[in-house]
Amino acid sequence: MKEKRFWLRTVILAIMLAAIGYTIYSNVFVEKKAIQVGDSAPDFVLTDLNGNKIQLSDYRGKGVFLNFWGTWCKPCEKEMPYINNQYNLYKNEGVEVIAVNVGEAKVAVQTFVNRFQLSFPVVIDQQDQVMNAYHIGPLPTTFLIDKDGKIVDMITGTMTEEDVRKYMETIKP
Amino acid sequence: MVQLSSTLLYIAFVLYLIATLFFGGAIRVKKKDGVDRWATIGIVVTIIGFIAQLGYFITRWIAAGHAPVSNLFEFTTFFGMMLVGAFIVIYFIYKTSLLGLFTLPIAILVIAYASMFPREISPLIPALQSDWLHIHVTTAAAGEAILAISFVAGLIYLIRVVDQSKPSKRTFWLEFVLFFLISTLGFVIVTTSFRAAGYEAAFEWIDKNGKQDEMVYHMPALVGPHEGVLKTEGRMTPLIDMPAIINARKLNTVIWSLFAGLGLYGLLRLVLRKRIAAALQPLVKNVNLDLVDEIGYRSVAIGFPVFTLGALIFAMIWAQIAWTRFWGWDPKEVWALITWLFYAAFLHLRLSKGWHGERSAWLAVIGFAIIMFNLVAVNLVIAGLHSYAGS
Amino acid sequence: MEHVKCECGHVNPIGTVLCEACGKPLEEVPTLVDMRYEGSARRSQTYNKTIIDKIWNFFSSVKVGVWLIVITLIASAIGTIYPQQMYIPPTVSPAEYYEQQYGWLGKWYYTLGFHDLYSSWWYMLLIALIGVSLVICSLDRVVPLYRALNNQRVTRNEQFLQRQRLFSRAQATDYETALRHVVDKLTKRGYRIREENGNILAEKGRFSRWGPYVNHIGLIIFLIGAMLRFVPGMYVDENMWIREGEIKEIPGTKGKYFLENKKFIFEVYEKEKEKEAFQPAIDRVGSGMMAKNYQTDVVLYERVGPVVAGEEPKLKKIKSFSIRVNEPLKHDHYALYQVDFKLDELKNMSFHLTDKQTNKSFGTITIDLIQPEKEYDLGNGYKVQLLSYFPDFYFDENGNPNTRSKVPNNPAFVFKMFAPDRPKGEVSFTAIRQTIEPLGDNKYKMSFAGIETRNVSALTVRRDFTLWILGVGGAIFMIGLIQGMYWNHRRLWIRRIDEEVLIAAHTNKNWFGLKKELEGIFNDTPFVMPIDQADKRS
Repeated sequence: MKEKRFWLRTVILAIMLAAIGYTIYSNVFVEKKAIQVGDSAPDFVLTDLNGNKIQLSDYRGKGVFLNFWGTWCKPCEKEMPYINNQYNLYKNEGVEVIAVNVGEAKVAVQTFVNRFQLSFPVVIDQQDQVMNAYHIGPLPTTFLIDKDGKIVDMITGTMTEEDVRKYMETIKP
Repeated sequence: MVQLSSTLLYIAFVLYLIATLFFGGAIRVKKKDGVDRWATIGIVVTIIGFIAQLGYFITRWIAAGHAPVSNLFEFTTFFGMMLVGAFIVIYFIYKTSLLGLFTLPIAILVIAYASMFPREISPLIPALQSDWLHIHVTTAAAGEAILAISFVAGLIYLIRVVDQSKPSKRTFWLEFVLFFLISTLGFVIVTTSFRAAGYEAAFEWIDKNGKQDEMVYHMPALVGPHEGVLKTEGRMTPLIDMPAIINARKLNTVIWSLFAGLGLYGLLRLVLRKRIAAALQPLVKNVNLDLVDEIGYRSVAIGFPVFTLGALIFAMIWAQIAWTRFWGWDPKEVWALITWLFYAAFLHLRLSKGWHGERSAWLAVIGFAIIMFNLVAVNLVIAGLHSYAGS
Repeated sequence: MEHVKCECGHVNPIGTVLCEACGKPLEEVPTLVDMRYEGSARRSQTYNKTIIDKIWNFFSSVKVGVWLIVITLIASAIGTIYPQQMYIPPTVSPAEYYEQQYGWLGKWYYTLGFHDLYSSWWYMLLIALIGVSLVICSLDRVVPLYRALNNQRVTRNEQFLQRQRLFSRAQATDYETALRHVVDKLTKRGYRIREENGNILAEKGRFSRWGPYVNHIGLIIFLIGAMLRFVPGMYVDENMWIREGEIKEIPGTKGKYFLENKKFIFEVYEKEKEKEAFQPAIDRVGSGMMAKNYQTDVVLYERVGPVVAGEEPKLKKIKSFSIRVNEPLKHDHYALYQVDFKLDELKNMSFHLTDKQTNKSFGTITIDLIQPEKEYDLGNGYKVQLLSYFPDFYFDENGNPNTRSKVPNNPAFVFKMFAPDRPKGEVSFTAIRQTIEPLGDNKYKMSFAGIETRNVSALTVRRDFTLWILGVGGAIFMIGLIQGMYWNHRRLWIRRIDEEVLIAAHTNKNWFGLKKELEGIFNDTPFVMPIDQADKRS
C-alpha cells in the first residue's frame, strides 16, 4: 500500500514537473525558430540575373553559403565584398555561394551587382517563397549548408572577412 | 423610436425611485397574515420599471439595428437593468424587501452614472460588427449583475453586524464603501449641474508626443492639462498643471466628484450626527443574518458560471474571430481574469475554509470593487483594445 | 495498523473523522459535525514521511491553492498599470519607451520585467503551480469522498444525526403510516429512498458533489491545451502584406497555398449615407471619421504538384472570399484575418520625355514601380534607359542616393535620355518634385505625367491545433461548474430509536431551499420538522 502510494505520487509529480519544465524552458529560454540548425535545408529554385535556373539540390556534395540580402541593407553592402573575396578562394575547394535578394527590382539588383563585381550567382526571390521557406527576419541572414544539404549554422547580422573565411572553412566538403 | 426609447428609460428610472420608497416603507410596517402590502407594491412597481427598461432596450435595438451594448452608456445602463432583473429573481426566491431597499438605489446610481456619458446611438466600428457583440456583452453584464447582488447582501450584512459603538477599522472601511457610493452620486450631481449651466472652457495644451492640441473642459479646471493655456475668457484658471501622460480632464472630473462626495457625506454626517452605517443600522436590525449570508453566497454561486461563460468563454471565442487570438492580455481581458480568479478564491475560501458571515461579506464588497474597477477605470483610464467603449 | 474500526463494524482508513458507514464521530467533534468531504480521511494529511509526501501535502492544501490564486491575481493586476510590450509602438526600444513615457516608475516597471509580465517564466510558473494544485487537491479529495458516499449506510449513528444542522427528535406516534406518507412525498420530489429496518435515507442531487472535480478536470485540460501551443507544429502565426492584383504564397502554409488580392475596400460612415438614428453620433465624431468596413476580396489557390520554393507555381482555384474583420477566411485549419492596410501605395509612374525649351513631348513612358524595365524605346530615335532605381529614396550619410526599403514610398530614378540630337545620352536624376542633372545642363528632361496607385492589405495567418482542446476543456469546465453550482446534494435521515423518531437533514449548499422543501414534506405529517440548530447559536 505504502509503496504503491509513494510511486504513484512520484510518477504524477514527475509528469507534471516535466510538462511544466518543458513549457517554461521552450517558451522563455529557447528562441522560437521555425527552421533550426540540423534541419535539412529547404530546396528552392530561382532564376539568376542571366536567366539561369539555380536549384539548391543541384549543389549536393558541395558546401553552400546561402546569403539573404537587400540593396538598402548597409551591413549586407559591407559584407558583400568579403563574401566575394572568400568565394574566389574557396570555390575551388567545393564551396559555393548563392546570394538571394529579397525580391527587389531587377534594375536595382543589377546595379548593385555591377558595382561590387560579384562573381557568384545572385538570384531574386520575387514572390517571397524562399524567404517564407527559410523564415527570414532581419537582414542579412546567412545559412551554412554542408555537402549533405544539412543546415550547419545560421548567422544573422554582419560578418567580418575573417568570419566569412571561418564559416566557409566549416562547410568545405 | 429613438425618442420613445429614451422616454422609456426615464420612466424606468422614476419607477425604480418610487419602488425604493415602497421597499423603505415595508421595513416599518408589520406583516399582516404574512403578506406585506408595501413590499408587494414595491416589487410590482419594480417589475413595471424593469419592463419599461426592457422596452428602452428593445426599441433602441430596433432603432440602431444592433444590440445597444456598444458603448459605456449602453453597457452600464444594461448592467443596471440586469441588476434589477437579478434582484427580481432573488426576491421571488427569498422574499426579502430589504434587498430591494439597497439594490434599487445602486441600480439607480448605476443608470444615472451611465447617463453622464454620450448617449447618441452610434454605428458600429468593424471590430464590433458581429453577433457575438450581444452574446458576449449581455452574458458578461448579466454575470456581473448577479455577482453584484452578493455585494448588496454583503453590505446589508456588514451594516447589521459591524459594531458602531466605537470607531474601528471595520467602521472605517464600511464608511469608505458608503462614501464611494455617495461620490458616484456626487459625480452625477456635479456633471449635471455644470452641464445645465453650459460651462465650457477650452485649453490649448501639449500632449505627450510634444504636439499641441485642444481640450475642452465642462467643469471648472482645478487641475489643468500639460502646459495648458486657457482659451475661453472668464473661466477659472487651473490651480496646477498635470504632466502630459495624465488625462487632466478626467482627473479634474474625479476630483470634483470626490469633493462633491465629501460635501454630501459631511452634510449627512452633520444632519445624522453619527456614521452613515450607524444611521442605516436600525433599518436592518430585524434581518436574518443567515439568510442574508445565504443570498450573498447564492448570488455568487449563480453568477459565477454566468460570468465565466460571458466574460471569459464567449469573450475568447469572439476574440479568436475578431482579433485573431482568443487571448491577448489586453487590460480588459486581464481584469476579467482577475475578477474570475477573485470569485474562485471566494468560493474556495467559503467551501473549504469555512469563510461564512462577515468575512464572506467583506469579500463580496471587494469583488464588487473589482467589477466596478473593470467597468469604469479600465475603460476610462487604462487604454486598451476595449477603450472605444469609453468614448 | 492503517485502519480504524468503528463500533458498527465498518473499517475506515486512518484519519477518518466520521465513520464512512454509520457516521459516528471517530474523533472529538464540536456540537455540529463538519460535513465537508463527509468527514472522510484526506489521505495527504495522514501520511507525511518522505519528501514526495511533503510536496504532495503542500499542494493538497486549499490554503496554498488560494494563495496561489491571490498572488496570480495581484501579479496580473500589476501588469495592467502600463501597457505591455506587445502594445507599445514596435519601432521604439522598450527600455527608452517606458522611461520616456512614464518617468522613473516606468523605468522600474521595465527593469523589473513587468513590461512583459505575462510571458515571464515566473508568471507561467504561477499558472502551472495552480494547475499542480488543481490536480493534487482534486485527487486527494475525490477518492475519499467517493468512498464515503458509496459506503454510507441508511441507519446512521445517533450522535451523527443529532449533530446535524437540521435535526429533530420526537415521540413516534403512528410511525409506519407517517413514514409511508413522507416516503411518498419524497419520491415525488425526486429523492431516491433507501430503507433499512424501518429507517430511511432519502437522497437527491448527489451528482452535484462531483461538479468541482469535473470543472477542475476541464481546467486541467485547458491548461494542457495552453501548454501544447509551444510544441512545434501546433501553432502558426504569420503576417502577410499583399497588394491589389498580387498573387502571393501564404506564409506558414509551407508553400501549399497562394492568395490573390483582387481588391481592398475601406469604408467610413458618412453623414448622408447613414440612417437618421446615427446622425447625432456621426456629427459628434465628424462625418467620415469612423471606420465602417475593412475588406479584402481574395481568391485562394492551392499549389498543384510538388512544392519547390521559388518555382513558378501551378495553381488550382479553391474559392473566392471577402475577408472582413470578424469574418476570417477559413480553409484546411488555416484562418486569414484582416488586420491592417495601406491606402494608395504607388503602382506606376509616368513621365514625358520633353524638350526643356519648347516643352514638346516625344513620348510617354510608364514605369512599373515594382519591376521597372531597363529600357523604354519611344521610337524615332528617342529612348530612355533606367540606370538606377531607388524605390524608397533618401540621401545617405555620404550624400549618395539610396533606398530605405523595397517599398515604392518615394521612388527616384537615374535616367539616361537618348535623342537623335543627343546620341550619347543625357543623365538625369529624377525624384518626386526634384530633378538633378549631375553632368551639367541637359536639353531634355523627364517631366512628371501621372501616377497610378493601389491599396495594400495586411492579413494575419493562423492555424492553431490546440483550439479544440481548449474548447473541450472550457466545455467540461462549464458543465462541472453548472453541475456543482445549480444543483445541490440533499439528504434526509429518519431513524427510529425505541419510541423516538430522529430526523436529520443535510445539504451541501442552499439551506434555505432545503428548509422550504422540508416544510412542504412535513407540514401534514405527525413528524416534527427538523429545526435549524445553527439558528440557536446566533
